[in-house]
Amino acid sequence: MEAQAPPAQPKHEVKTLDRVVIRFAGDSGDGMQLTGTQFTATAAAVGNDLATFPDYPAEIRAPAGTLPGVSGFQLHFSSEDIYTPGDQPDVLVAMNPAALKVNLADLKAGGILIVNTDAFREMDLKKAGATTNPLEDGSLDGYRLFKVELTSLTRAALRETGLTHKDADRCKNFFALGMMYYLYNRPLSVSLDWIHKKFAAKPLLATANELALKAGYAYCEAAELFQVTYEVPPAKLSPGTYRNVAGNQALALGLVAAAECQGLPLFLGSYPITPASDILHELSQFKNFGVTTFQAEDEIAAIGAAIGAAFAGSLGVTTTSGPGMALKSEFMGLAIMVELPLVIVNMQRGGPSTGLPTKTEQADLLQALFGRPSEAPLIVLAAKSPADCFETAFEACRLAVRHMTPVILLSDGFIANGSEPWKLPRLEDLPRTRPQFRTEAEGFLPYLRDPETLARPWAVPGTPGLEHRVGGLEKADGTGNVSYDPVNHDKMVRLRAEKVARVARDIPPAVPEGEAEGGLLVVGWGSTYGAIAGATRRARTGGKRVSHLHLRHLNPFPENLEAVLRRYTRVLVPEINLGQLAFVLQGRYLVPVVSMTKVEGMPYREAEILKKIEELA
Amino acid sequence: MSTPTLTRKDFVTDQEVRWCPGCGDYAILAAVQSIFPELGIPREKFVVVSGIGCSSRFPYYMNTYGFHTIHGRAPAVATGVKTANPDLAVWLVTGDGDALSIGGNHLIHTLRRNVDLKILMFNNRIYGLTKGQASPTSEIGKRTKSTPFGSVDRPFNPVSLALGANATFVARSVDVNAPHLKATLRHAAEHKGAAFVEILQNCNIFNDGAWEPFEDKAVRDDNVVELKHGEPLIFGKNKDRGIRMAGPYRPEVVQLGNGVTEADLLVHDVAGPVAYATMLSQLEPPHFPMPIGVFRSVEAPCFDASVHEQIKSVIAKKGKGDLQKLLYSGDVWEVR
Repeated sequence: MEAQAPPAQPKHEVKTLDRVVIRFAGDSGDGMQLTGTQFTATAAAVGNDLATFPDYPAEIRAPAGTLPGVSGFQLHFSSEDIYTPGDQPDVLVAMNPAALKVNLADLKAGGILIVNTDAFREMDLKKAGATTNPLEDGSLDGYRLFKVELTSLTRAALRETGLTHKDADRCKNFFALGMMYYLYNRPLSVSLDWIHKKFAAKPLLATANELALKAGYAYCEAAELFQVTYEVPPAKLSPGTYRNVAGNQALALGLVAAAECQGLPLFLGSYPITPASDILHELSQFKNFGVTTFQAEDEIAAIGAAIGAAFAGSLGVTTTSGPGMALKSEFMGLAIMVELPLVIVNMQRGGPSTGLPTKTEQADLLQALFGRPSEAPLIVLAAKSPADCFETAFEACRLAVRHMTPVILLSDGFIANGSEPWKLPRLEDLPRTRPQFRTEAEGFLPYLRDPETLARPWAVPGTPGLEHRVGGLEKADGTGNVSYDPVNHDKMVRLRAEKVARVARDIPPAVPEGEAEGGLLVVGWGSTYGAIAGATRRARTGGKRVSHLHLRHLNPFPENLEAVLRRYTRVLVPEINLGQLAFVLQGRYLVPVVSMTKVEGMPYREAEILKKIEELA
Repeated sequence: MSTPTLTRKDFVTDQEVRWCPGCGDYAILAAVQSIFPELGIPREKFVVVSGIGCSSRFPYYMNTYGFHTIHGRAPAVATGVKTANPDLAVWLVTGDGDALSIGGNHLIHTLRRNVDLKILMFNNRIYGLTKGQASPTSEIGKRTKSTPFGSVDRPFNPVSLALGANATFVARSVDVNAPHLKATLRHAAEHKGAAFVEILQNCNIFNDGAWEPFEDKAVRDDNVVELKHGEPLIFGKNKDRGIRMAGPYRPEVVQLGNGVTEADLLVHDVAGPVAYATMLSQLEPPHFPMPIGVFRSVEAPCFDASVHEQIKSVIAKKGKGDLQKLLYSGDVWEVR
């Protein structure tokens, strides 16, 4: 059947905007995540800078139409540099009363509100716990409300396909997407290509989704719904090749790239857990890079197998989230004792215990630093944004192998699923460091140390003459034989600590953005980067003396960190926990800091940080 | 390059063996050290992995690559070693507490995956290293430090458990029966896949005599039946008793003679149904002899090999991974 071509040129006023924040919200079965990622792909293709924030419930399908079932996807796209998915949406698309109720408070005053009126029957209102109909009770008066019969219009557009109502209704998200493409003068081509690729084997569904998308677009035009539409020109990003990437995807690519650059086979031991499973899914696709993915029987076996693989000469990696970290801690102690390279990725989520599995938090820092019995130091790194996950993963692998030690890499639910444009690295710029496998039997001792790094040799089974035993019992320095000698134990405890402390020589110094000294220094780590960077830049534009330091290396810290902290009048540390980095900085350096905390399972908004800066600077 | 002929001594370390004098572990160590040189595998390709417990000190006494891991988790580490490099001969040493209690999950999953590991489980029916608590194989009524009024905890039958996990090779032997133990270990070594061997082992300090009926030469022939593939189940000092089927899943002990001949007896088949092997695993005194030997030995794909075959087939299909292409894939765009 012939699909109607979308009208090419709008005949009304088109305003140019610098930035727009859209939130799609609906039932978790309404396809809001897909709608969001489609708009994102188009924004990327148009050349906008962008940042996204998917926010979905832990239940796969909570009862339809209820508040716990609401799934949202927020997207910030701009013609300028942006750092966060945006504080408050300019536009909210609400597919049902529950989505409206959960998200309305965030919408900017006077913002555009598009509502599927077909989903506001009495029973729908009841499911959302609404006592009155918001479409009639005046509660939406402060917004530019567009009432659209999304379900009926979609059904009408698909009538000739012969699809059942149930199947046709599944296309209404593409109708809404088509409307948004009209409102922001976006091309349909990116999504049309996607539809035809995705449904290549199901031509009827391809046609249906194409019809819905085009119908949404055409409806806006025919109904003259918007007197003004908008455009957001391409951003002036620094020259290079870009792709839009989510944090977990970038992290997986970073691991593959690190393994390739070190000439090591990558071995992932993992057990499914939200929000880390995507790394397992991603890496499972890269078998042609020699990647082994082992979905273990539990979290403990996952890290155990990674350690075994590391003993056998692979780049061992395990990925998890808080509950899994707790289970893995005994094996982390073993990895520290046997001094093998290992990367442990912790995709932090709301906790403790099962907590808020799909929400974000930064509250595992102290666990990463200290959460093992005895003196058990290891390297701790944190990624700051979706694209930064690539570099941080690469760095984690480099440090683990060079220093023969486990490394914890902290990411979180926010950057795991959030996405942004990633300026792709040039392959020739990636450092290619080959591990020094020991092959020489003469003079070999399993715990003989590199004088510079204190790393022990990596002597892999299969190498003649280097047969040796490792294990969790304390080792005599040098020979690696079991030793209960008190003096040796004290020496080994200090050696293991010193080995990790010396990593500070191998990492870049701390360099704040902004002033070299004086005024307020905002110190952050992990996914608060975007909110802090945005807030500090705005504060500086507003004349405030504010600088920003974002720490990737959390153990050891950069060697100059104490000196840097002392150069500023005040130090502010915003975190999504109850002040864990603040606690460590004060404990280590006796530098007073102002701790700013919030633990709502949600990222900081730029405005929240800015407000605090204005109080202090 | 020819592999130099190895001897038992090549597998002995310079470390002093520190099990209690009289411990059954010495006999098992001697048996393992004596069969390793026979296997035609270069020494550097052996990896001995263990968990925690008396038995798990084993790697320190084997002059091979070795990894003394943490309690119960040796199967996980061994799976990692073997999957990373299937060319290695990976042996796992564990005990009844290590394998069946804290590590039960790893054991069953390793067996069902059929990772090509040789798993030696020393069963002394007691926690030795922690000085005498009941273990998951301690019998009901057993008085130990943790069960002063007798254990009320039903034990596992390790062979039944391994069969339940669909293990491809399951055997049982006895620490001090050196010829039988060595033969069983050789069978395990030859098996391609996960080989589970329960070794009845005496802890002379905390559970002395637990296996005496099967160890003591004076009585053991009346108490054990040796399973030999293709041969009838005959036992007794005078080889005059056997096991035949009285009905479906109802084995019985019979005296040969008076019209009962070998032809009436069960003939052992290592490739028989799991139910058959499980039935055998349930036999024990006082009504039956305890079977020792190979209960089951069947072929199945090994996890470690399958992983690498899959990698190879994906490379054959998609070509070797190209990092440039991987990073620069999807919807990329240029900014000038």
